[in-house]
Amino acid sequence: MDLALLWFGIVGFFFIGYFVLDGFDFGVGMALPFLAKDDTDKRVMINTIGPVWDLNETWLIVAGASLFAAFPYWYATLFDGFYLALLLILLALIARGVSFEYRRLGRSDQWKAWFDGMIIVGSAVPALLWGVAFANIIQGVAIDETGTYVGTLFDLLNPYGLLGGLTTLLLFFTHGVQFVALKTDGELKERAHALSVKAGLVTIVVAAAFLVWTIVQHLGAPHLAFIVGFAAAAAVALIGSWVANRIRREGWAFGLTAATVVFAVLTILAALYPNVMPSTIDPAYSLTIENASSSQYTLEVMTWVAVVMLPLVLAYQGFTYWVFRKRVTRTAIPVVAH
Amino acid sequence: MVEWLDPLILARWQFGLTTLYHFLFVPLTIGMVILVAMFQTAWVRTAKLKYLHLTRLFGKIFLINFAMGVVTGIVQEFQFGMNWSDYSRFVGDVFGAPLAMEGLLAFFLEASMIGLWIFGWDKLPAKLHLAVIWLLALSTTLSAYFILAANAFMQNPVGFEINEELGRAELTDIGAVLTNPVALTQFPHTIFASIMFAAVVIVAVAAYHLSKGQYLDEMRTALRFGLIVNVIAFVGVALSGDQLSLVMVETQPMKMAAAEALYQTTAGASFSIFTWGTPDGSSELFSIRVPYLLSILSTQDPMGTVEGINDLQAQYQTEFGPGDYTPIIWITYWSFRWMIGLGALSALVSLVGLWLTRGGRTPSGWAWKVAIWAAPLPLLASLVGWTFTEMGRQPWIVFGLMRTEDGVSPGVTGLEVLISLIAFTLIYGVLAVVEFRLIVRAAVDGPKEWAKYDADQHDDEAGTGSVDPAKLATVY
Repeated sequence: MDLALLWFGIVGFFFIGYFVLDGFDFGVGMALPFLAKDDTDKRVMINTIGPVWDLNETWLIVAGASLFAAFPYWYATLFDGFYLALLLILLALIARGVSFEYRRLGRSDQWKAWFDGMIIVGSAVPALLWGVAFANIIQGVAIDETGTYVGTLFDLLNPYGLLGGLTTLLLFFTHGVQFVALKTDGELKERAHALSVKAGLVTIVVAAAFLVWTIVQHLGAPHLAFIVGFAAAAAVALIGSWVANRIRREGWAFGLTAATVVFAVLTILAALYPNVMPSTIDPAYSLTIENASSSQYTLEVMTWVAVVMLPLVLAYQGFTYWVFRKRVTRTAIPVVAH
Repeated sequence: MVEWLDPLILARWQFGLTTLYHFLFVPLTIGMVILVAMFQTAWVRTAKLKYLHLTRLFGKIFLINFAMGVVTGIVQEFQFGMNWSDYSRFVGDVFGAPLAMEGLLAFFLEASMIGLWIFGWDKLPAKLHLAVIWLLALSTTLSAYFILAANAFMQNPVGFEINEELGRAELTDIGAVLTNPVALTQFPHTIFASIMFAAVVIVAVAAYHLSKGQYLDEMRTALRFGLIVNVIAFVGVALSGDQLSLVMVETQPMKMAAAEALYQTTAGASFSIFTWGTPDGSSELFSIRVPYLLSILSTQDPMGTVEGINDLQAQYQTEFGPGDYTPIIWITYWSFRWMIGLGALSALVSLVGLWLTRGGRTPSGWAWKVAIWAAPLPLLASLVGWTFTEMGRQPWIVFGLMRTEDGVSPGVTGLEVLISLIAFTLIYGVLAVVEFRLIVRAAVDGPKEWAKYDADQHDDEAGTGSVDPAKLATVY
């Protein structure tokens, strides 16, 4: 068994988990100003993700650490190269992370407004920049013979990269609004439903453009069938989600945007294969699954750890979601938090 | 390029700043979760409301602090690649494994349990909810172990071989990496130090309320508990620190020599508690010395020989080629002393506190003030301790294998590092103020809110045991 290829899949799995899970809580954060009519609404929305946002974000930590362990050269080139973009993501995640906890500890409106702002911006910035980053990874960036990215932040803000960012921004937004519709009731739920139908339409248009552009860029690829297949599945899931939403099947709608994220990341992985970071300077400088990976022994050790731990990890995460499965209602929010 | 835009210098400042800042929150997280779990255990077993109050109060302080630990931890995970990408390329095959294990074994568990603990009060049976906080304590402790194993590889690389063709260190023995003697001794040292700090935070909060004459029942319990835990943890810190210094002499003799600023190899070496003048020995004006102590610390033998900086420098030049292999002596010398002194002072304050409160006695006003203002001592000791162990490793990023200057990211400009350094400093500075004020406010409020619930409860019930789970619910 080719362990480097297996770990390409496992790292991909962690990023899929990250985008599906943190994706909806980015969406909930971004939707605060669009859905909440008062402070209680905001607190209902924040409480829908309260018990799980930290868990969801941990998928990023694990994805990053797995990248480090299994593909140190990929980790090094990516994090060194996309320095300022990652800095912005980190600052956003810091601001957003403390806000959920600290918002409730102050009484004044101004205090809350500050933390609301940090939640909104802190959710939107990573939602946009992860798309920009991944679009640039598959498009290829200027990597020299030492494996160093020699471009700048502004080189990443090219049309394809920005379209990728807009796609993840809208997709996570819709995903999150659907989560609000699924996890709340009353007027808030009705507003979330109405917004998700509108947002879903815009998302379909933008995501379709991104997927088509991705396919066009890889027309010559030997495994084009996979890219097209996954992209088509992503498109079908997204349209299915919109339809399910129209006929008010919230669970299906949310599940299908989750499936869209899964297939979109699979499209990206298929477009990358067998590279992990293609170079636009010379294909010979590209980082590939083979030349960026760790030694066989390290991959074996990590495979054992993953095989033993992953079922357990998924089981207790599932338990957490099961414990907090009920809808959050306005009446469940006490007047004063503690 | 302007000199102050040197990416190496800036990246080192950034690593030092963000890591020490992260470590402002880590000890309270590690220590407090264990102590809160103990309070909650007492509550579940005895059904005495004072234990519930202590669980909720210190649980709240724990959570305010935990949020900062989480968000500053993400930076740690990323900056190896961002600022130290050549280091990451060189050691990733070895160093990445404990980090990934930390994620899979500890971080996922920690993040699941924190959500279940905060929001699960009214959703889980009391015993399961208690199990949740113990699992939370287990996961934070585990994460400390893995990150210390990763750090230990930088201090004392083991379980690897160099792949000349790829120019990197490759893992050959994960067992050796995870049982690195530096990690095995550093781990209890760090955990006990963290417990020391959490214990005196409890002492400080209790002292504040006792000085105001409020919540006497729970605060008296908390005070005695905190004082005892602090003293016991100090014993653990001292014993593990002693073991750690023996390992350090074996693995990084230069660090031990630099800790004492011992230039000449000496048998029966003394330990200076204080030096006036330059610690490099060239113009020592005055010093207080404990005979034989350095030899005892280093070799467990009063007449044991301790290698000096000059001999080690010469030895390293033969081994690794020309260069300066000496850390910055005044930093290692003073940080080593401050670490020990501040930690010992904290334990001394606790011992005095135990004496003053023996058999139900109540001390006078000044003692409460001392108890409150002495709270930062173990935290400061931990911070200078890390400064010692990391600065004492210099000029190596991985001891004997790679120099710090060779680990820095080649693709990152000084300006980029400067921008991020300023951005982190600003956001961290603001958040530190916010966090500190929130903790102080929670501490000053004490168990006010929960005492109110009991008052409602008290009308028809005995005031012990049967608390309506719905009243325990936590909501953002």
